[in-house]
Amino acid sequence: MSRIAAFGRFWWGFVVGDDWTTAVAVVALIGSTDALAHDAVNAWWLLPPAVVAALYASLRRAIRR
Amino acid sequence: MSSALLVLSAFLASAVETVEALTIVLAAGVARGWRSALAGLGAALLALAVVVAALGPGLTVVPLRDLRLFVGALLLVFGLQWLRKAILRAAGFKALHDEQAVFAHELEGARGAAGVERAGVDWYGFTLAFKGVLLEGLEVAFIVVAFGSTQGSVPLAAAGAALAVVLVGAVGVAVRAPLARVPENTIKFAVGVLLTSFGIFWAGEGAGVRWPGSDAALLAVVAFVVAASGALVVRLRHDRPRLLALEADA
Repeated sequence: MSRIAAFGRFWWGFVVGDDWTTAVAVVALIGSTDALAHDAVNAWWLLPPAVVAALYASLRRAIRR
Repeated sequence: MSSALLVLSAFLASAVETVEALTIVLAAGVARGWRSALAGLGAALLALAVVVAALGPGLTVVPLRDLRLFVGALLLVFGLQWLRKAILRAAGFKALHDEQAVFAHELEGARGAAGVERAGVDWYGFTLAFKGVLLEGLEVAFIVVAFGSTQGSVPLAAAGAALAVVLVGAVGVAVRAPLARVPENTIKFAVGVLLTSFGIFWAGEGAGVRWPGSDAALLAVVAFVVAASGALVVRLRHDRPRLLALEADA
């Protein structure tokens, strides 16, 4: 079990890193884009600035740590 | 156009990771002997080739829209890690990567470790080189598989990555020293920008976005991410004295 947990921890750290809130923000943004597309809104304008905002928030958290 | 960016991304990511892997292999070779270091290097490259060969073709059978959604989200999360570290380095909040210092640290550790021989090689030297190359190379393998499968050309992405390994390896053999003069931090910044841009583009497409200008929009996304990252560096550099003072008071 501990090996499976270690394997999971490795891949979590590898992809997500030390700021899981950024990963949550990315998933929420992609979900919002998808929801808008289902309502026939072509939300190409959403992801680029929202990702930069998530990056800025992540940078501020990293600096505070 | 996106194929050229794909090869460039794989090449740059591979180049910067190969520089780091080379430092570890050099330390293992100098301290523990070249036989064990080269055996570790060969075993790790074989393992990475198996990962790419096993995952690449498997992903190409996934429907393109689902694949772009999944890979785009992964690249975005993964790329933001690279970009965050690169911006923190550029703004002075994180130490720049120093290959000479890493080499000295690895060399000291390797020289101090006990010698155990297994299968005819020094086990410490073998595992040091194997783990170093595997861990650095795993990021490249991830990028090659993600980019290659989404763009429909794993061999093209793998060729870009392999070219960087050959070039950096050849320079490493020629100078027999850590490649401290390679602008690693700048290359990491560029890779972070490219991973994030591809992530935005593909995740958007996977979520149903129709980009204005179709594939040409990727260049606009890259330009936007470059400009925004540059602005963040300038902003953080400007705020650095105030933020450090706040931290000191806390």
